Amino acid sequence: MKVTLRIQRYNPEKDSEPYYQEFSLEVDDDKERILDILHRVKWQYDGTLAFRRSCAHGVCGSDGIRINGRNRLACSTLLRDVNYRKPIVIEPLPSMAIIKDLIVDMSDFYKKYEAVKPYLTSNAPPPENERLQSNEDAEKLFESAKCILCACCTTSCPSTWSDGNYIGPAALLKAYRFAFDTRDDAADDRLDVIDTPDGIWRCHTIFNCVEACPKEINLTWHISQLKKRLAEREM
Amino acid sequence: MIKHQYDVLIVGAGGAGLRAALEIPEGFSCAVLSKVSPTRSHTGAAQGGVGAALGNEEEDSWEWHMFDTVKGSDYLGDQDAIEIMTKDAIRAVIELEHMGMPFSRTPEGKIAQRRFGGHTRPENPNDPDSKRVAVKRSCYSADRTGHVMLHTLYENCLKQKVQFFSEYFVTDLIMSAGQRLDSSRSSGQGNVCVGLVALDIATSEVHVFHAKAVMLATGGYGRIFRITSNAHVGTGDGFAFVYNNGLPLEDMEFVQFHPTGLWKLGILISEAARGEGGILLNNKGERFMERYAPTVKDLAPRDMVSRAILTEIREGRGFKGSDGTYYVQLDVTHLPKEVIDDKLPEITGFARTYLGVEPTKEPIPVQPTAHYAMGGIPTTVDGEVIKDKKSTKVPGLYAAGEAACVSVHGGNRLGTNSLLDIIVFGRRGGKAIAKFIKDTDFAPLPNDAAERTVSTIDRIMNSKGKEKVGALRMELQEKMMEKVGIFRNEKDLKEMTSEIKSLRERYQEVSIDDKGKVFNTDLMEAIELGNLIDTAEPIIYGALVRQESRGAHSREDFPNRDDKNWLKHTLIYKTDGAPKVDYKPVSITRFQPKERKY
Repeated sequence: MKVTLRIQRYNPEKDSEPYYQEFSLEVDDDKERILDILHRVKWQYDGTLAFRRSCAHGVCGSDGIRINGRNRLACSTLLRDVNYRKPIVIEPLPSMAIIKDLIVDMSDFYKKYEAVKPYLTSNAPPPENERLQSNEDAEKLFESAKCILCACCTTSCPSTWSDGNYIGPAALLKAYRFAFDTRDDAADDRLDVIDTPDGIWRCHTIFNCVEACPKEINLTWHISQLKKRLAEREM
Repeated sequence: MIKHQYDVLIVGAGGAGLRAALEIPEGFSCAVLSKVSPTRSHTGAAQGGVGAALGNEEEDSWEWHMFDTVKGSDYLGDQDAIEIMTKDAIRAVIELEHMGMPFSRTPEGKIAQRRFGGHTRPENPNDPDSKRVAVKRSCYSADRTGHVMLHTLYENCLKQKVQFFSEYFVTDLIMSAGQRLDSSRSSGQGNVCVGLVALDIATSEVHVFHAKAVMLATGGYGRIFRITSNAHVGTGDGFAFVYNNGLPLEDMEFVQFHPTGLWKLGILISEAARGEGGILLNNKGERFMERYAPTVKDLAPRDMVSRAILTEIREGRGFKGSDGTYYVQLDVTHLPKEVIDDKLPEITGFARTYLGVEPTKEPIPVQPTAHYAMGGIPTTVDGEVIKDKKSTKVPGLYAAGEAACVSVHGGNRLGTNSLLDIIVFGRRGGKAIAKFIKDTDFAPLPNDAAERTVSTIDRIMNSKGKEKVGALRMELQEKMMEKVGIFRNEKDLKEMTSEIKSLRERYQEVSIDDKGKVFNTDLMEAIELGNLIDTAEPIIYGALVRQESRGAHSREDFPNRDDKNWLKHTLIYKTDGAPKVDYKPVSITRFQPKERKY
């Protein structure tokens, strides 16, 4: 069968603004990954097409793009997951500066991630063996620790679109990952970072992030836990 | 051209590179270069766990871990290095916990452990010679152990303010014939490594990095093969740098095929699935591993399970897929739902997403997938690169992780030992570098340092040749899969030596579409293809010269292990013609070679 990709193109060395280009090609079945089809476009039709990718099975987070208006990973989205009877619209993640084609500038995203001090801080010297932690407490971290930093969530959020300084759901999730770790002693520092006008209170529980997350992380729930913690601290 | 100077450069931001970076003391400059953003590194794809005899779930000891690793390696692993690794494993895993790595936990709150292929204990702990049974040695975090390890190490690098050059593509080492200013370490040792050349992917600008020490932590070469679990970035870059600079590669014929890749795609389905009780079935519904490894069955080491799967398929007991290729089934349907949901969520998700298979209700179609390089850049137990059978060091050059061959994996790596390798030898390499840079000065940088890179780029950018990167790479991958895969023979390998020569000639005629400077991934893939071809050559020649079957290297024309002639490491050097082959002895300390049965 034949599918058509309608890909947003932009080469800063040539183009004054982005435009769309269509590629039609034969595919074997509807189980092909969008990433495989992008590769075929690049390898067989137009080597100038630029996109990031690495692991090709949804664990490295390189290939977050917008597919038919939804933020997704190209490698975790199969043809049958989208309406392929019409041209499939492929665009870079929204609200980030485009470097070329589907490649966006991630530096602001990483800066916000780093702002929440994403590393365990423990005041007590570590014991000789591992610190004990109940499996229940450990599992409270697992969903947040699944995050692959693909930026699908943050760039799907209307609050991000309207306020470029908003720290965004990915960084908030990372704040949760450490603030709720029983081994961590720096929860207050992290809460200070997010308890600001451009911080957690810009989250209006719109749930776009939850819908966008390719790892099925319930970001809004995690953010609500942080809000609760902040409210408790206030009291 | 932009020039930089750092005391230490680390190439690759996977587990080995990041762990090494944490050892560089304050007061010295260190930069980590990676062709992808650090958390995209392939360490993150590791699933099942990291091996260490913590004994949290049942009695265990590092000696048993050492024995299993030696036996798993088919006695080709260097026992001095394996002893270091299995002893240090316990400290290394606890250190990760201290760094903040989230582990699954036992009811007492300790790090949880599960069974894994080839990891055993004597059934009677007081009788080391009693029958061996599977042991819970793999320390895990659900089935995302590599992911959380990579993130934890990266987080600790941020904490320590390690400097990164993200999306910088290293293209070459800079070797100098010159003497170090302090001559004590380099006298009579020939070439020293004084830096590297890299391409800033965002701008295509060539950068020259001058350094006292360079560590290659560049990972594997899985993309040489058509079916692989490896990321697209696994293009053997580090192997190619070393090989092209006249240095040898060790034991390259030992390529691990993981038995359970998702059919057609090669995506890894961790051994954890079998560690938790999953079994392999042929088209007669038989649990065929009972015939190949009566004691540990489905938890036999990977080389044996991969061969068993291929044998079942060859003898007509595989399942034929829609595209005419064959697979066997991995069945986890009998496992309790909470085991699947809590301990194997990621891999069962892969089966659902990519094959539309519901693993709780139907078996998962699997086939062996190119997974891991046991061979690589020869090093000492401190990550120092060596250049001959006498273990002569190359001053300033280090390697760790999958790119390196210490050798702790010998002919076949046990599952959980790669995450262990990177944290143990990444750290040791980092410590050795920290010591080296304290009493070493910068050696002069040659004027023509970037010449080879610049001329390669010019050639590719200006070529009007008819060869295309995608097509040529596919040809390499198909041929390597067919002729240098799980089973090998002299006829196929000889054919492959002329194939690789012709592929290399055709590679000179590669042209690309993208003539721009911004994120020219077309150019990058063309350079990576060169690395794939250069890395394939020593694999082919290693496989051709080694006339025996050992570990993952299985010769149909030499089906037995031959300790008399082949209990030795191969070293392969690039020349203008056929590569030069030399041999290095194996370190045997505690365990004399025995027949390898499970």
